[in-house]
Amino acid sequence: MEVFNGKSVFGGIAIGKIYIYQKGEQQVRRIRVDDTAQEKSRYRAASGEAMKQLQVLYEKALQEVGEENAAVFEVHQMMLEDDDFVESVENIIDTQEVNAEYAVAVTGDNFAQMFAAMDDDYMRGRAADVKDISERLITVLSGSAAGGIQSDEPVIVLADDLAPSETVQMDKDKVLSFVTVHGSLNSHTAILARTMGIPALVQTGISLDEALDGKMAVVDGTKGCIYVEPDKDYLAQMQAQKNKDEEQKELLQTLKGRENVTIDGQKVMLYANIGNMKDLGAVLQNDAGGIGLFRSEFIYLESEDFPTEEEQFAIYKKVAETMAGKRVIIRTLDIGADKKCDYFEMEHEENPALGCRAIRICLTRLEIFKTQLRALLRASAFGNIAIMYPMITSLKEVHKIKEIMAEVKAELTAQGISYGNPPEGIMIETPAAVIISEQLAKEVDFFSIGTNDLTQYTLAIDRQNSKLDDFYDSHHPAILEMIRMVTENAHKAGIWAGICGELGADLTLTRDFLAMGVDELSVSPGRILPVRKIVLETDVAEYRKEKGMEN
Amino acid sequence: MKEFTYVITDPEGIHARPAGELVKAAKEYASTIKIVKDGKSGDCKKIFGIMGLGVKNGNEVTITVEGEDEEAAFEGIMKFMQENL
Repeated sequence: MEVFNGKSVFGGIAIGKIYIYQKGEQQVRRIRVDDTAQEKSRYRAASGEAMKQLQVLYEKALQEVGEENAAVFEVHQMMLEDDDFVESVENIIDTQEVNAEYAVAVTGDNFAQMFAAMDDDYMRGRAADVKDISERLITVLSGSAAGGIQSDEPVIVLADDLAPSETVQMDKDKVLSFVTVHGSLNSHTAILARTMGIPALVQTGISLDEALDGKMAVVDGTKGCIYVEPDKDYLAQMQAQKNKDEEQKELLQTLKGRENVTIDGQKVMLYANIGNMKDLGAVLQNDAGGIGLFRSEFIYLESEDFPTEEEQFAIYKKVAETMAGKRVIIRTLDIGADKKCDYFEMEHEENPALGCRAIRICLTRLEIFKTQLRALLRASAFGNIAIMYPMITSLKEVHKIKEIMAEVKAELTAQGISYGNPPEGIMIETPAAVIISEQLAKEVDFFSIGTNDLTQYTLAIDRQNSKLDDFYDSHHPAILEMIRMVTENAHKAGIWAGICGELGADLTLTRDFLAMGVDELSVSPGRILPVRKIVLETDVAEYRKEKGMEN
Repeated sequence: MKEFTYVITDPEGIHARPAGELVKAAKEYASTIKIVKDGKSGDCKKIFGIMGLGVKNGNEVTITVEGEDEEAAFEGIMKFMQENL
C-alpha cells in the first residue's frame, strides 16, 4: 500500500480503480505563413466555434451544478471575445507572420502570466482559466478531439490538472473522485467538485505514472490522501466508513426541509454551534434553523491585537446577512481558562478555570466589552442577531451589563449611528446561575445551558485532566436535574431555554430533553440531522409515561 | 467626462463573475468607461482589463465615463456598482 498526501477539496471516500487522464495536449509548432489575412480568418472561425462549445458547456453546467458555477463558462466567453486578447493574437499573426495556433499559445501564456504574477490567490488561480480558453482554441484550430473518459466502470480520475471545461465535459456517472497533481483549492474545478459533492484532492505528490492506471485505490477526501493498492483490512475499514457516510447522506436527503416536531406535535429549535466563518457553509448545508452559539472569541484568538469595532462589525454583519433572517446568537467574548490571547496580557492565575475569564474580563475591562457591544448592536440592524453573555453567576452581573448596554446605545444614538435592539440572553453554566435561574429569568430574554462548564463546575472535575475520566459522568443526575430546573424556571418567566453544550448533541438524551420541555438544542452542524431524526420519531407524551414522569 | 469614486464592499472584491457582469453592463453604453485603481486604469468593456487590476474588498476605485451617452452610463454604472459590488 502506498499513500500520497494532498490538499482536500471535498471530503468523503471514494473506492475504485485509477484512471489516468491525459489531456489531448497540443504540441504547438511555430509555422511561418504567407497569407496572414487567411490565418486571421481561420482564427476568427475557431473563436466562433469555441464560443459555441462554451455555450453548450454553460448550458450543461447550468443543469448539473447551477447558475453560480456555470458562470465560469460565460466568463470564458468574455475572455475569448476580449478586445485585448483578440488584438494580441491578430497582432502576432500579422507582425510575426505565424500560424494562429502559435499566436494563441503565446497570447494565452502572456495573459496567464499576468494573473500568475498577481498578489492574490484567487487571481493567481485565474491563470488556469486563460490556459483553458487558449487550449480550447488550439484544439479547434488543429481539429483534434478533447479527451474524455473511456472506461466502462466509474473510476478515480487522476490528472495533472483539470480545466473547468474538462471537469464539466466528463460523464459524472463515470467519476468517483478527482485527484490532481497540481491545481489549487480555489480553482473552478475544485468549486465544481464541491458542488457535485465528489471527494477531490489537489496538489498530491503523486506522479502520473502509466503503471498506476487501473490500480485499485482509496481516496480519503477528509484526510486529504489517496491510498494506492490498499491492503485488505484498510479497504474493509474504508468501505465501512463509506457506507456510514452514505447513510448520513441519505438521511440528509430525507430530513432536509422537515420541521423539527415530534409525533405528538412538540416543536424544538435545532440550531448550530459555530466557531469560525468557514463553518457557515456547513450550517446552511445541514439545514440549521439558526445559529445557537457563535463563539465570537475566535475573532480575538485569530488576531494579533484587539480586533477593531469595524472588523467585528463586518463579521457579525456578514453572518447575519448570510443567515438571512434566521436567528444568530452571538456569545460575547469568552476568553480565559484554556482559551488564551497574549495581547490581553492577563496576569498569571493559579486556577484559571475559576479565574478572570469571559464576562469577568468584560466587566473589568470596559473598553473591550463596549467595542464588541457597539459592533454587535450595529450589525443587529442587518439581520436577526441575539446577544448572549457567558459565565454569569449573579443578578448583579446582569444589572451591570444592562447599565453598560444602555450607555453604549445612548452613545450610538448621540453619534447618529443606526443600530438594532437584539434580544439578550445568558449562558447558564455555573451552579450559581442554575440555583438563581428563577430570578435571572425575569431579567433576560433567553437561557442557553452550557453543559461543558456546568458539568465541570458541578462535579468539580477539571475537563482537561484525563486521569479523572473515571469520575466524570456526563449523564450525572445532578446535571440532568439542573437542566430540568432551568427549563422550568425559564418557562415560568415566559422565556425559552436551550442547550448549547456537547450534551445537546447526545442522541441518547434527546428524548429526555424533549420531555423536560427544552426549547432549543444547539449542536455542531453535522449533528443537526441526526438529532432531527430522533425528534421526528419521538412521542413525548408516550415517553414521559414510560419514564414515569408527570404530565 | 463624468466620474465617481466607489469603495468596494463585496467581500470577494471584483472576482471573475462580477467582472463579467460589469463588462455586460458597460457594453450597453457607447461611452468609453474606465475603472481606475491606484493610478492603474482598465477598460470596463474588457474583462482582462478589469481583472488585471485585482480589485479587492475595501479598495477605492474611480469610474470615468466619456461619450455621447455619458449621463445614462454614469447613472447605469453607478447603480450597477451599488447593487453588485
